[in-house]
Amino acid sequence: MAIQEQEAVAITRPLAVSVNGVERSAEVETRLLLVHFLRQTLGLTGTHIGCDTTSCGACTVLLDGTPVKSCTVLAVQAEGREITTVEGLTPAGGLHPIQEAFSAEHGLQCGFCTPGMMLTSVALLAENPDPTDEDIRWAISGNICRCTGYQNIVKAVHHAAGKLKEAS
Amino acid sequence: MATAHEIRGLGHSVRRKEDDRFIRGKGNYVDDIVLPEMLHMELLRSPVAHARINSIDTSRAGALPGVVAVITGEALAAHNLAWMPTLSGDTQAVLATDKVRFQGQEIAAVVAETAYIAKDALELIDVDYELLPAVTTPQQALEEGAPLIRDDKEGQESNHIYHWEAGDQEATDRAFADADRVVSLDTFYPRCHPAPLECCGCVADVNPATGKTTIYMTSQAPHAHRTLFALVAGLPEHEIRIVSPDIGGGFGNKVPIYPGYVVATAASLLIGRPVKWIEDRTGNLVSTGFARDYHMHGELALKGSKMTGLRVKLLSDNGAFFSDAQPTRFKAGLFHIVTGSYDIPAAHVITDGAYTNKAPGGVAYRCSFRVTEASYMIERLVQTAAYELGVDPVEIRMENFIQPEQFPYESATGFLYDSGDYPAAMRLALERLGYDQLRKEQAEAREEGRLLGIGVAFFTEVVGAGHGTEYDIAGLRMFDSAELRVHPTGKAILKLGVRSQGQGHETTFGQIIAQELGIPYEDVEVQEGDTDNTPYGLGTYASRSTPVAGAAAAMISRELREKARKIAAHLLEAAEDDLEWEPGRFFVKGSPDRAATIQDIAFAAYTNLPEGLQAGLEGVHYYDPPNMTFPYGAYAVVVEIDRGTGAWKVQRVVAVDDCGVRINPMIVEGQIMGGLTEGFGIAAMELITFDEDGNCIGSTFMDYLLPTAWETPEFELDATVVPSPHHPLGAKGVGESATVGSPAAYVNAVVDAIAHAGVRNIDMPVTSDKVWKALAEVGLAE
Repeated sequence: MAIQEQEAVAITRPLAVSVNGVERSAEVETRLLLVHFLRQTLGLTGTHIGCDTTSCGACTVLLDGTPVKSCTVLAVQAEGREITTVEGLTPAGGLHPIQEAFSAEHGLQCGFCTPGMMLTSVALLAENPDPTDEDIRWAISGNICRCTGYQNIVKAVHHAAGKLKEAS
Repeated sequence: MATAHEIRGLGHSVRRKEDDRFIRGKGNYVDDIVLPEMLHMELLRSPVAHARINSIDTSRAGALPGVVAVITGEALAAHNLAWMPTLSGDTQAVLATDKVRFQGQEIAAVVAETAYIAKDALELIDVDYELLPAVTTPQQALEEGAPLIRDDKEGQESNHIYHWEAGDQEATDRAFADADRVVSLDTFYPRCHPAPLECCGCVADVNPATGKTTIYMTSQAPHAHRTLFALVAGLPEHEIRIVSPDIGGGFGNKVPIYPGYVVATAASLLIGRPVKWIEDRTGNLVSTGFARDYHMHGELALKGSKMTGLRVKLLSDNGAFFSDAQPTRFKAGLFHIVTGSYDIPAAHVITDGAYTNKAPGGVAYRCSFRVTEASYMIERLVQTAAYELGVDPVEIRMENFIQPEQFPYESATGFLYDSGDYPAAMRLALERLGYDQLRKEQAEAREEGRLLGIGVAFFTEVVGAGHGTEYDIAGLRMFDSAELRVHPTGKAILKLGVRSQGQGHETTFGQIIAQELGIPYEDVEVQEGDTDNTPYGLGTYASRSTPVAGAAAAMISRELREKARKIAAHLLEAAEDDLEWEPGRFFVKGSPDRAATIQDIAFAAYTNLPEGLQAGLEGVHYYDPPNMTFPYGAYAVVVEIDRGTGAWKVQRVVAVDDCGVRINPMIVEGQIMGGLTEGFGIAAMELITFDEDGNCIGSTFMDYLLPTAWETPEFELDATVVPSPHHPLGAKGVGESATVGSPAAYVNAVVDAIAHAGVRNIDMPVTSDKVWKALAEVGLAE
């Protein structure tokens, strides 16, 4: 399907969203994907792109607390909403319990799936503070990891659950 | 011997240093790199598998606002860059000029101010194709009158690429003539893909002011790539700098040089601005280094249950260009390790390779040059022999294993196995599994109409190339290097010629220095990937970092330790021979309090030297291994098959690995679990296939299925440790062990569940429909 030359003229509109607790606004193309808004417009490169088809979960961010794959969300769909990326997970000093747990349990190797995997896990633990192995495996089944074989990721989520319970 | 807790040399499962940036989202992958004035490049790929290109009209694309250049093969040909050499001595089109030879082949590139505009412009390029019949199997390719794919090559009159043999045909024929039984197996190891989560890409920056070419690229072998760029593009090598930043998984996919890298570099050269090219997932799956696609016929000669001869005939589908990344001398990689873990006196391997209208590549995916196919062949064949003979599949293996006292063992195809105790690893796996009890449960289940299968595979790998006289890539000897700089305050930087893609080098190599020089691993920074700042090396693939670069790191530490001894003698006013070493310090024999720590010595190396000794505590070592290392392992898998659907579920996976001495056991186990998962994916679901027109089925992650946490089984790991006798640390490679060894274990388990009914083989991926058909044929389907 060939597009016409005149259609290539970009249609833009203003966008205002909260990203990691900071109000951000920009004039964006309506077709701009959320992942590109985060990575290119805002320079938040912790969110990765692995597949383009909503299959791998490398681009997972939290939209109002719910994990979404930002490669298949238009930036303009996030208007007025709150986005959390891996950069927003990290407290000013130290680490979020899920970050600590992924490292302690060797739940990452190349690190490419890790931000998305951690954000999905954070959303799971917010909903279910004491998940079973099966709960965890189901929750992260939309996030592909090619390196670890998942077993240490499951351990890491349990580890973080324990720490979060201690803290609460 | 573990070092003190503070030093953490070999054997400590220390937390990884690289984690700190990855868990914060602060890794620096190629797509994270942004340079001033940077442009974006996208590639137009062929929608058809085989066609003559009558014309390419780029005028509409070039007129789109924001487009800076549209590059075709014709434009590259003017600079002699339309074709490039492959790692197997063939040629490959960079951008197609005459014909397209596979679906997804690169035809043109658009360079634009944004990637979105570049993608828009791809739609405006008009290519006039004249369709030609597509050849999609090597059998078709070698038929009389098959369409000639490589009509670009002078003297190439068929689609046959090479014929290669290993072993002793006469001795093997004699073994078969004397055999009292011959067991055979035909099996196809289908095409699959490494599919690292990060696709390939680069940022090419040819700086017109300085003349320096800097290419940030997803490269598992940056030094070799620099040399190849120099040779292909005719650029002076010292003016090329390859930087391989953090890599989001490689598995062999990032060893070859792909057209995208070359075109982006040419574009930057022509335009004078940095050019970024980031492949999309479809581009990655349809055009980059795939794996396997091997048609195999194996025959085993037996006397009683003793294996006396092995014959294998192979037909390899190499795609449109022969671009396997493998040592020059070995057309079929190291497939001739096919005698596996068994003392088989005679073996002969025949391989033929063919061009087809499919993507080129061929040995990638966590496999040391076709060892994966070899391991699968022998382990499936031995399993078949057990059923034919009516003996237990474990017993036949035990009876034929190379015995511990036979090492070093020379195999019938010429490998010199370094060390091993196969029966011990097998016994440990059986014990962990509860094998005898499980066989009883299997018999009971069968009485109840349930199908349980117990699959065993025992693999031996050959990894860690060179020696350099035997093994080279495109003429470059397969040594590797380590440069260690100990600073005055006792902190150190280690620079390596290899490049981690997730294997944890920043941690394990620090531990090697900790072990050998007593500098705590936290005090060692490991640097890799930048060719301007690291010593020359061949890179990370084929499980070679620990066997080769790991040895180099140990050797340079030992060389510096000898210099440190001289400085310590000076500081302690003692004779060198009177000093004893323990990790972290020299002390005077009999007076352990009279000591100089490595930190004292490092400071003295720059401040207080004995007369005649050069200042500094720095050096580089290039390690050319005397032999390969031969890791091995026993894997056992238990499955149950659903008779109604053919679906099979893994109940247990026990993996006992022997990779010699383990530097960081946590990281080793992480590698093994990752490999067991990829092995499971290959056995159960991963498949790149083609329809008769050459359309790739498996071009997105919606079609190319990868195991998620939901399907992936749990793993029970254990270890034996027989050190490599020739490696300075006793270590062997491990990164690929589980991908090599486990596919046969999964398939053997499924076949074992129905072998009693006469089923001998189901080709991978073992999908439920294939299993159900097999069940139906033997009357077991419900």
